[in-house]
Amino acid sequence: MRLFRFRHRREKDADLAQELEAHLQHEADDYEAQGLSREEASRRAHVRLGSATRLREDQWQWNSLGLEGILRDIAYGVRTLARSPGFAMMAILVMALGIGANTALFTVVHSVLLKPLPFADPERLVMLYERSVDTNYPFNIVAPGVYAEWQKDAKSFEGMAIFGSSSYNLSGDAGQLPERIEAARVSDGFFPILGVKPAYGRVFDSSDDQRQAEATVVLSWGLWKRRFGGDRSIVGNKILLDGAKYTVIGIMPGWFAYPDAQVQAWTALHHEIPPDQLTALDNHSFNAIARLMPGMSMQQALTEIDIISRHLREQYGANLPAISLGANMRLLLDDLVHDFKTPLYVLLAATTCVLLIACLNVANLLIARAASRRKEVAIRAALGGSRWRLIREQLTETLLISSVGGSLGLIFAYFAIHWLVGVRQDIAREETIRMDWVAIAFTVGVTLLSAVLAGLIPAVSTSGKASLAALQESSRSHTGAQAKTRLRRVLLSLEVALTVVLLIGAGLLLKSYEKLRSSDMGCVTDNVLIMRLSLPEADYPDPAKRAAFFDQLLLRLRALPGVSSAALANVVPGQGYGGDNIITIPEHPPLAQGQVQIARRRFSDPGYFAALQIPLVRGRIFTDQERVDKADKVVITQLLAHDFFPDEDPIGKHLVVDVLLDNHPRPYEIVGIVGDTRFQISEPPLPMMYFPISSGLSRRAVIVLRSQQDVNALASPAQQVVQSLDKDLPVAYIETLNQLIGASTIEASFTSTLILAFAVLSLVLASVGLYGVLSYLIQQRTSEIGVRIALGAQRDHVLRLLLLDGLRPALVGLVFGLAGGAMASQLIRSMLYSVRPLDTATFVVVAAMLISVAALSCLVPAWQASRLDPMRALRVE
Amino acid sequence: MPGPRNQKNEMLQGTLDMLILRTLITGPAHGHTIAHVIEHTSDEVLQVEQGSLYPALHRLEDRGWVSAYWGVSENNRKAKFYKLTAAGRKQLVAETSRWRQIVGAIGRVLGEVEG
Repeated sequence: MRLFRFRHRREKDADLAQELEAHLQHEADDYEAQGLSREEASRRAHVRLGSATRLREDQWQWNSLGLEGILRDIAYGVRTLARSPGFAMMAILVMALGIGANTALFTVVHSVLLKPLPFADPERLVMLYERSVDTNYPFNIVAPGVYAEWQKDAKSFEGMAIFGSSSYNLSGDAGQLPERIEAARVSDGFFPILGVKPAYGRVFDSSDDQRQAEATVVLSWGLWKRRFGGDRSIVGNKILLDGAKYTVIGIMPGWFAYPDAQVQAWTALHHEIPPDQLTALDNHSFNAIARLMPGMSMQQALTEIDIISRHLREQYGANLPAISLGANMRLLLDDLVHDFKTPLYVLLAATTCVLLIACLNVANLLIARAASRRKEVAIRAALGGSRWRLIREQLTETLLISSVGGSLGLIFAYFAIHWLVGVRQDIAREETIRMDWVAIAFTVGVTLLSAVLAGLIPAVSTSGKASLAALQESSRSHTGAQAKTRLRRVLLSLEVALTVVLLIGAGLLLKSYEKLRSSDMGCVTDNVLIMRLSLPEADYPDPAKRAAFFDQLLLRLRALPGVSSAALANVVPGQGYGGDNIITIPEHPPLAQGQVQIARRRFSDPGYFAALQIPLVRGRIFTDQERVDKADKVVITQLLAHDFFPDEDPIGKHLVVDVLLDNHPRPYEIVGIVGDTRFQISEPPLPMMYFPISSGLSRRAVIVLRSQQDVNALASPAQQVVQSLDKDLPVAYIETLNQLIGASTIEASFTSTLILAFAVLSLVLASVGLYGVLSYLIQQRTSEIGVRIALGAQRDHVLRLLLLDGLRPALVGLVFGLAGGAMASQLIRSMLYSVRPLDTATFVVVAAMLISVAALSCLVPAWQASRLDPMRALRVE
Repeated sequence: MPGPRNQKNEMLQGTLDMLILRTLITGPAHGHTIAHVIEHTSDEVLQVEQGSLYPALHRLEDRGWVSAYWGVSENNRKAKFYKLTAAGRKQLVAETSRWRQIVGAIGRVLGEVEG
């Protein structure tokens, strides 16, 4: 109907014109009949009818779709923006940055934290944990014996699986080099519980998952494509892992990346690990995953396994002090992304702040512009321009700004995400990060919201009854502008407050990053090259053979030109927790019931301490002769000495340790005390003990090389040394020690840098806002200032007056910002490293910085005003 | 989307529509006549605001209650004539009875005050 009218409105208009004309004629006829002249009759008829044009316009508008109104608004908006291109560019750029950053962060948050896992019914998948006796670890990994009890007795689960990470040397055939691949050892329930099917072949069944079974392996899609050329006939054939033959039974699809994206193969857990190692109740070294029964709540399920665990603790706790206090559980998705939740949400909050500031800034600029157009607006309102029209125009304008900004922002976000994924390979589910329609819908929503926010504030302030006052207002006074100035000040204070919050967040995070970087690892980290290897069980079945290999390796490495020192350890500082053992000290009385002493376990060669400059505090290091079955000496760290031998000399005392995990603890004599090192840069050192690597008890070793020259140049010769000793033995993770440590600080450096960038951007925006408001204020008061100066006001007095005027909103904002920052700092508490959330220095620096930036941006307009020539000022209007 | 103006008084507007329809029951008429008839029959009590007459007529036409055609008036001028349609007749009946109900109701209320 309306469309019909719209198409015929030209005819309709002509029709109405004719009809009205006929009416006028008839009316005039009547008047004429009363004796008036035709001319007078016609005039009266016109008066009686009123404006025919108005009637026609009304009908025209009634018959239109409102489309042209919008087009006209857009054209008007484009014209207004084009008249001040500087403003338009600035506003669009600010919006693009704000919207782009938001879109990028939202995409990451959505992909990583919110999107369900690609498994069947992922909301029923949970990870099971044990509550460690060490209360710092409420989510400790699981002992296989405890898992077995859960699996036997718990009724809340559809199924359970146990798995552990591992790595294998994949031997080369047909001239390929051997390589080291990350793998997972999984029990037969693993794949069915996740609900994934292989792309080709099959996964493990219960007959594969046994010690006596034939060795089998499932390959990842990536490994299959890369190493085996995507040849399907590999399924059913054998490959060499750690020197033993494994039958490939299946290929997983390309999207499947669990436990993580590095895993390239899966082997059967119970085939890989002897049964006697899978019964321990206190050897926490496996992950457990389970699927809840349909309709079963997590709480019910947790209660059930917790009771089982508590029961085990009661039953065996006396003999096995490390047995856990109870069970714990969390959703698989939570488990995967746990570490990234806070940082990502903090970043998203920061980008939201930036966008909010951008909107406020655009609103502020619009108000400033609206102020100079006050009379135009007032005249239009007086001529019958409706209030809605004026609001609509303003909204159209901000919509234009924000949609151009939003489109640019989308492009910006695309590149930002690309960059982010490249830099942050460590984020869980990083491979799933991509822009999808949800992200695009989000962008559109944010764009509209920004337009409304930025447009409505000035629009509401420009219309209304005040418009008449603008016409009455004498051109000399500035009284009418006061309400608008107040609004601008409020907006500015808000902007400043948000900026201060961002600055405080950035300051705290930067400070903790600095602390983190500068924390003492306890050893030299510069010019150190490391590479990892692992001696396969098949080729190096006994300790003597392993010890012989390590001896040979060290001999040849030290002979390499350019090597100033070479050493071996199973785990180096910064590489992680490594393993630990419960220790008992035979010279001490037995500990109270339920108490345990735990020490981190390391293996190294005697030269390791000198190579990494870990100081020998007392006693000596074990010697090359104390090897294999004569390896009965141990070196402890200062912290172990301090914690477990508080008032005595530990040298000559013994530690009884079950190093082999075969339930036969042996005594080791303490011969020396060395300095503490950190297993992770963000964690304080823990008690540690070193056994000789030539004991042959460790299959894994990290080669440590130091040089006066560029250590990277040693990578290739060192690899050749390993190859010359065993052509099937690959080395992996060739990197410098600083790279290894830096990798664990990437999170801190990334977050703090980004937030700092956001804070600086906000500071720039806020100072632009301050400058704008004061300039506007002074422009409004030019004549007043002129009069003051003419009447003898001191120029520095004027300067001070104006400066204070401009600074007031900044100070108000600062106060609110500091309060907000104090609250925000509590939220990022978990991201701070040895910095208190209410770090006084940070708050003081931020406040000082803000005040000086604010003063600077106010100084320019205030200075100019105080230099006013009173004669010129008075002549302005 | 705003409709034609002059909606200052909803009650009056509805009344005008009803009065126009009632006028047309005696046969087709053009705008000027309609206004004239309303004013005349009401003994000049009701003054038709001419600015709202035409929008009202077009609204009625749009709703299909009247149809329009161009003809020649009694003054021998070209004029647009409006004719009641069947739907318009039904509408008139409905509106008249609704009007009577309201008038009766108001009358009863006012009557009690007087009594």
